[in-house]
Amino acid sequence: MKFLPFIFRNLFRKKTRTALTVGSIAVALFLFGLLVAIETALNAGVDVAGVDRLIVRNKTSLIMPLPLAYQERLRQIDHVNEATFATWFGGIYQEPKNFFPQFAIDTETYRTLFPEFVIPDDQWQAFLADQEGAVVGKLTADRFGWKVGDRIPIQGTIWTGTWDFNIRAIYEGSRGGDDESQFWFQWKYLEERRQTSFGGGTVGWYTVKIDDPDNAVAVSKAIDDRFANSAWETSTETEAAFAAGFAKQIGNIRMLIMSIGSVVLFTLLLVTGNTMAMAVRERVPELGVLKTLGFGDKTVLFMVLSESLVIAAVGGALGLGLAKLFTLGGDPTGGMLPLFHLSSGDMVLGATIALVVGLVAGSIPALTAMNLRIVDALRRV
Amino acid sequence: MVSIDGREHRDSLVTVRNINKVYRRGGESIEVLQGLNLDVEKGEFVAFMGPSGSGKTTLLNLLGGLDTPTSGTVTVDGDEITHMSGKKLASWRARHVGFIFQMYNLIPVLTAFQNVELPLLLTKLSKAQRRQHVVTALTLVGLSDRMKHYPRQLSGGQEQRVAIARAIVTDPTFLLCDEPTGDLDRKAAEEILDLLTSLVTDHGKTILMVTHDPLAAERADMVLHLDKGVLVEAVEERAAP
Repeated sequence: MKFLPFIFRNLFRKKTRTALTVGSIAVALFLFGLLVAIETALNAGVDVAGVDRLIVRNKTSLIMPLPLAYQERLRQIDHVNEATFATWFGGIYQEPKNFFPQFAIDTETYRTLFPEFVIPDDQWQAFLADQEGAVVGKLTADRFGWKVGDRIPIQGTIWTGTWDFNIRAIYEGSRGGDDESQFWFQWKYLEERRQTSFGGGTVGWYTVKIDDPDNAVAVSKAIDDRFANSAWETSTETEAAFAAGFAKQIGNIRMLIMSIGSVVLFTLLLVTGNTMAMAVRERVPELGVLKTLGFGDKTVLFMVLSESLVIAAVGGALGLGLAKLFTLGGDPTGGMLPLFHLSSGDMVLGATIALVVGLVAGSIPALTAMNLRIVDALRRV
Repeated sequence: MVSIDGREHRDSLVTVRNINKVYRRGGESIEVLQGLNLDVEKGEFVAFMGPSGSGKTTLLNLLGGLDTPTSGTVTVDGDEITHMSGKKLASWRARHVGFIFQMYNLIPVLTAFQNVELPLLLTKLSKAQRRQHVVTALTLVGLSDRMKHYPRQLSGGQEQRVAIARAIVTDPTFLLCDEPTGDLDRKAAEEILDLLTSLVTDHGKTILMVTHDPLAAERADMVLHLDKGVLVEAVEERAAP
């Protein structure tokens, strides 16, 4: 502790250089924080996916529908406890940037299959009683300032025209990563209004609850075999695999983030390493004096490493703090990343990365300082 | 009594026996010190003179444990330092040696107070005790009013005074001075030499000093000449004050 003032004095020796290095680390860790938040948001569905739920979709494509009649046939397959369905609505609220997912759901079964979404019973009953009723996640309700009883006009894009909904319930997720951005309304309302256009008698996809997660592979195969060679062949997978596949539609985000992150961190290593190397090179005679006064090799090593670690810690704290502040502002994309947040675990990971960078970057200059021969160092005065 | 004859002296503080130092550059061996013997008693002020390359600074480095001899031994106050490990030697230097350099070698980002405090950071003294020691040392060199000044805010003579305060703050066994007046004008040099002399006469310090300056050498109890790595003779002895 008594060396700390000396370490700080050395850091302020070249204020501009120290500030720029701290800034580099802060920018890199800020970027790290954002990338991790994006990655978390994109994979949120994977993390919270039910282990006992399967998604059954049209084998050709997710955007192709399945017949309503499949619900009863799915229930008859062994190990299937229940089957519910939903259809993607894809409407616009006021303007396209106000994106949030809207599903027309089977009101009789949906709540049973997704118990993680908590809805007050009276609100749910009000939703069931109103054909134009809607349930909205807390995140979206807060985003637009909606409350129960509000009437919300949504502009249809697949099924055109203005669709008016009455907010009857607001749900909250019971787990940390649950998606609170969804908007549900009655599938029957969709079915009734679209009779004049297209898609009648179909649903977007089914969600199937099975009795035991261990049966997931066998049940998936049984479902797809059941509908093979029909006009509406299916592709069944676990909810986690479905969510991961959905995220991959945007690209291999994890790989992209890892690549960018690695390049940034490597550059950071060079920047910090260069700073510390310069700092040691300039101070060779002083380090020789310290050793002359009795400072041991390990003390000198510790002091140089400490400088590097302090730079990394300050830069890291600054960058991660800014990233946290940024993510506290919520989804910057207007709905594409509803679970945009930087978790405590990722903050710790970022801080660890910063300190490792500081340690690695400072190690060579510190070893150089430690191994300096006094007589050689003093000769450079 | 300073002696270079290599015979046993019971009261020696510093004992150098048959010391050799050989540097190897490329394929060539350069013998800087050759079979040198020296005995210095406590409270003596010894000056080493000689032409450049004669081995004065090398001898000082060996006496201060900054370098190791190729052969021979250096014993200070009973400690044989030539075979100490690097760690032990560092700790020994902190306790027993005060260094004063030609270029002062103060740390520019530290104040005079902090520079003098540096060697005390290696001790177990409390902050208050360190402060007391630093104030005493700076007062002794006449700079109690410059404690918060940085080296760049001090004159050369004042910087060297701070360096002397740093050297004496741990109350070391002896002081090693390498051209302490080499970078100073005559007036400042006289002040520094007065200070060094008073450390010997008033405080009983032992000083070994390398110098090119005959006026500085005049202050010493004994002047030894080094020529081609050999201490040739004791040529001068200052009268006791």
